[in-house]
Amino acid sequence: MSSKLLLNSKEIDIILHRLACQLIENHNDFSNTVLIGLQPRGTFLAKRLKEILIKDYHIKDLQLGLLDITFYRDDFRRRQEPLEATNTEIPFLIEDKNVILIDDVLFSGRSIRAGLSAIQDFGRPNLVELLVLIDRRFSRHLPIQPNYRGRQVDAINKEKVKVCWKETHKKDAVYLEQNI
Amino acid sequence: MKQLSVDHLLGIKYLNKNDIDLIFETANHFKEVINRPIKKVPSLRDITIANLFFENSTRTKLSFEIAEKRLSADILNFSAGQSSVKKGETLIDTVNNILSMKVDIVVMRHANVGAGVFLSKHVDAKIINAGDGTHEHPTQALLDSYSIKEKLGTVKGKKVLIVGDVLHSRVALSNIFALQLQGAQVKVCGPTTLIPKYITSLGVEVETNLKKALDWCDVANVLRVQHERMDIKYFPSTREYTQLFGINQQILDSLDKKIVIMHPGPINRGVEITSDVADSKQSIILNQVENGVAIRMAVIYLLAQQIKR
Repeated sequence: MSSKLLLNSKEIDIILHRLACQLIENHNDFSNTVLIGLQPRGTFLAKRLKEILIKDYHIKDLQLGLLDITFYRDDFRRRQEPLEATNTEIPFLIEDKNVILIDDVLFSGRSIRAGLSAIQDFGRPNLVELLVLIDRRFSRHLPIQPNYRGRQVDAINKEKVKVCWKETHKKDAVYLEQNI
Repeated sequence: MKQLSVDHLLGIKYLNKNDIDLIFETANHFKEVINRPIKKVPSLRDITIANLFFENSTRTKLSFEIAEKRLSADILNFSAGQSSVKKGETLIDTVNNILSMKVDIVVMRHANVGAGVFLSKHVDAKIINAGDGTHEHPTQALLDSYSIKEKLGTVKGKKVLIVGDVLHSRVALSNIFALQLQGAQVKVCGPTTLIPKYITSLGVEVETNLKKALDWCDVANVLRVQHERMDIKYFPSTREYTQLFGINQQILDSLDKKIVIMHPGPINRGVEITSDVADSKQSIILNQVENGVAIRMAVIYLLAQQIKR
């Protein structure tokens, strides 16, 4: 397997700050906006954005929820390996709230479709926007596009975008991996 | 990646510790789901489940039904009383007729021991045993252990007493297997006529003095006196049974600790347990009912995961 570095930690840091600023432009003080990170990998990005918004941009009372979409997936029983659920922690109501759905990589759009279905079970949001770190163009199975994207990547189907976070891989990095 | 080591849930004796851990872990997620404003997920929207209850049941049937509905499965309900079983149809014919309607999972309660095992060998569907005679009732045992774990943090090392009509209970045997698999100690208490002769061979101690047994335990799982299964007199009178083996507040107050009280239901109030105990803070009877839905959702979900389309 060969891998190519797409983003290093400094570039990721710059992108995260840019995404945070874009969110502030549209959601101001976040008084009616909540962040929802998709389990498992979108939660690292969501937590990092929350940290930046609170520490560097002094946003107060920013609410972050973690959403597991396992029970909403459309490939249940079609996969070779069983699906494993993770925790959902949304300790607030999302009725009439602006929801920023956050995931690390946007590929086919099916995870986001499942996320949109799952969100409906917590109330009727006023607005749902999508934020992703990596948008893999030309690979969509559903008409879903991000409102905020860190980097757009053109990758063929056999290639895999791997996002590493310092919480799990000791350093932030994004790689394009290819099976030889 | 985790999945169950079995193709059907026929009894606790076929499971291993990892299976129980996986079921509990999955039930935790479903418990979060059933406490949401909208308590439904679409996971099983292309699965059909037949609930075949050849014996009367209220709470187990309702619990399975709501679990299935919350997973978005389609359901067929069958009660033997209104069926062709009365006309002499065999179990396999009945089930095969139902399976022809493209059923994926069968939840079955039957008066005969081993009915689920028999069915699993002859029909092409996932079988969940919802009670086979006086043998096993695996989902009840799972929800009981889950409730103990939820209340006390762990099952391992806990002392659990099963009190009452052990002989006619399908809950007792499954509970013994499930608790021992998780490292708990189990003792039974009741009239000697209602304690099976083989019980000590399962590594279970017998105590006929209720006070001594309660002094020993952390949890008392009180069983219902199953009058409907008694073809002879097993004890002189209900009053005497209550005096010797009934759990009341007085006997609980005489202990130097607060033990957890459980009951699989339905309760004979004033017979095996008094109302004040059943409704007290020590009792987790209603938690058992809530956990029953989450456990059954987990079992159905994990078995459905093995059905490939």
